[in-house]
Amino acid sequence: MSAITDPPPKSFRLSMLVNDTRYRSYTFQFIALVLLIMLVSYLGANLVQNLADQGQNISYGFLGEPAGYDINQRPIPYENQDTHMRAAFVGVLNTLIVAFLGCLTATIIGVFAGVARLSQNWIVRKLMAIYVEAFRNVPVLIWILIIYTVMTAAMPAPNAFRGDTPAASMVLDAVAFTNRGVYVPAPIWGEGSMIVVLVFLASIAGAIYYRRYATKLLYDTGRLLPMGWPSLAILFVPTLLIFFILGQPISLDYPVLKGFNFGGGLHIRGSLIALWFALAVYTGAFIAENVRAGIQAVSHGQTEAAASLGLRPSRIMNLVVLPQALRVIIPPVISQYLNLTKNSSLAIAVGYMDVTGTLGGITLNQTGRAIETILLLMLFYLAISLAISGVMNAYNNAIKLKER
Amino acid sequence: MKKTVFFGALTAAGLAAGMASAATLDDVKAKGFLQCGVTTGLVGFAAPDANGEWTGFDVGVCRAVAAAIFGDPTAVKFTPTTGKTRFTALASGEVDMLARNTTWTFSRDVDLKFEFNGVNYYDGQGFMIPKNLGVTSAKELDGATVCIQTGTTTELNLADFFRKNNISYEPVPIETNAEGNQQYLAGACDAYTTDASGLASTRATFENPQDHVILPEIISKEPLGPLVRHGDHEWGDVVRWTLNALIAAEELGVTSANVDELAKGTNNPEVNRLLGTEGNLGEMLGLSGDWAVNAIKAGGNYGELFETHIGENTPIGLARGLNAQWTDGGLLYSPPFR
Repeated sequence: MSAITDPPPKSFRLSMLVNDTRYRSYTFQFIALVLLIMLVSYLGANLVQNLADQGQNISYGFLGEPAGYDINQRPIPYENQDTHMRAAFVGVLNTLIVAFLGCLTATIIGVFAGVARLSQNWIVRKLMAIYVEAFRNVPVLIWILIIYTVMTAAMPAPNAFRGDTPAASMVLDAVAFTNRGVYVPAPIWGEGSMIVVLVFLASIAGAIYYRRYATKLLYDTGRLLPMGWPSLAILFVPTLLIFFILGQPISLDYPVLKGFNFGGGLHIRGSLIALWFALAVYTGAFIAENVRAGIQAVSHGQTEAAASLGLRPSRIMNLVVLPQALRVIIPPVISQYLNLTKNSSLAIAVGYMDVTGTLGGITLNQTGRAIETILLLMLFYLAISLAISGVMNAYNNAIKLKER
Repeated sequence: MKKTVFFGALTAAGLAAGMASAATLDDVKAKGFLQCGVTTGLVGFAAPDANGEWTGFDVGVCRAVAAAIFGDPTAVKFTPTTGKTRFTALASGEVDMLARNTTWTFSRDVDLKFEFNGVNYYDGQGFMIPKNLGVTSAKELDGATVCIQTGTTTELNLADFFRKNNISYEPVPIETNAEGNQQYLAGACDAYTTDASGLASTRATFENPQDHVILPEIISKEPLGPLVRHGDHEWGDVVRWTLNALIAAEELGVTSANVDELAKGTNNPEVNRLLGTEGNLGEMLGLSGDWAVNAIKAGGNYGELFETHIGENTPIGLARGLNAQWTDGGLLYSPPFR
């Protein structure tokens, strides 16, 4: 009889760090880490030293000083005596506005074009192929400039609306298309307008509740309630009733020619339109390809099975194909949203005052604090990108295949 | 990883700044040419001609400096810079000097660490507007859309002017003068504002210059001049005294036509000192004795440069005004060469 005993643990020798596969990878990673830290600290020290040689330092004091310049598109009150910080904040909001509008429009265009690329209709299919290839293969900056230039050159100046026989006239007397942008009526929020808004929000909740109820009823009892017109009725009838009962508290402020420009109304500037539209059609082309790939990833058997159950083509798309395709579509679309947001920094090409234009443009120029402003800009874009991908990842988790 | 990229960018900026220190004159001599920052194109001041040769009033200053150093006005390379990139280009050492309609201000001189080497054009900010709008004064511009080059002092002056007069405007920021032209001519802005000299130069390039007026208000002081990095005083002296030599030459009647004649010696000791036949001023600067002769021969004295590029007989048609010699009631006044 012999007892099996464990071999005595081998004592650790230094050579094992390189020769033993258990430790080798750690060794090299550690060396790489040390080298990286040395490089970073060398570069950092070099920067501080060079700045000191030039008699400069890193300081964010300029953010509290008056900016001194004006910004045309101001989502929040701002005037030229406000601080650089506030100017930067106006820029941040402008970036978010164009990024939000762009992502929304790009998604709509992309889904539409992606589905249409798989259409049975030859013309539709080829047209969408041309759209996708034309837009994603030309740099987005070029598209921004093309749209802006065409707009300034092709649209009439506000001057053309003047006189007894004007060369241009407003659409429906409410909307003016000029080479400085589009002027649309703006709502005036009168007394009691909040009630109307609240009723409308309640109606939205009501409509959603009705649709849920109808679905549940369908699943439980098989009874199919009409969906379309009752939802619309719930949405608009109470709101319109309240609106007229309260004596029309919300009115419209129409743009009118005043001095050099149109006054009143809402001015959607040409720079915003050009940037928004260019980013949307450019990113939309990429999203279309993602959508097409997602739909094609759903096995054809699924479609055939659904068809053999008697589902109509639109229901097959909405109930069978798209829910499964979304799992493939969402992750690449997240990165398209990030691209769009970052591409919005091309705004300065058309004079749209986003954060790169205010903080990274005029403030940088007037204060000469290049490193500080660029650091802030990097921080902002990093934060906004992480936020977008955070939200979209949460959505992706909600719709992905639940594995139990 | 993100951190690495971050510091990488920082360092690139830092390294570039570090290389830009001290002894620019030696560096320039060693590489054999002068790197001069100019505008991206402002006819009369700095713009490439039909042959691609840079020419203009600011370019003339660069050529004079190159001639003073090398005796050769063509030993200069030009870097076009926008209002936004000019200071980074100079601070990073990409260019040795900047001769680019740049306004001398306190914060640029003190805070941005540059050194202005005098004034080659006394300017002020004005407005240009199409004649058919019937505007006669800048104070009537309430509500107007104004095109403006971003990253310039004009942006701040404009804000101040409208604030002071309690009228409103809509700024349309643009990047370069060419873009401004296009927007203005398309009617995307009612008025275009920049230095009055710049307006005159821009108007000269229009198809129908007479359809546009420059409003009488000059809303700011814009002393434009060449500048170099702060801290290298020997190099700053070379640029400063080359400019002064051009100004003094006009005052003393030295022109590109007679400079060779006068360099043989005259009975005016100041001319002799300037042209190096007496004393050793050139040596003190670290240059050859005939530095000023070469600088004047490059494009003529200050008055000749002015008349050739922007004077009343050119399409730009600027009068001397403030830019006349002090003896003629202007502001040009070179310290003595002694």
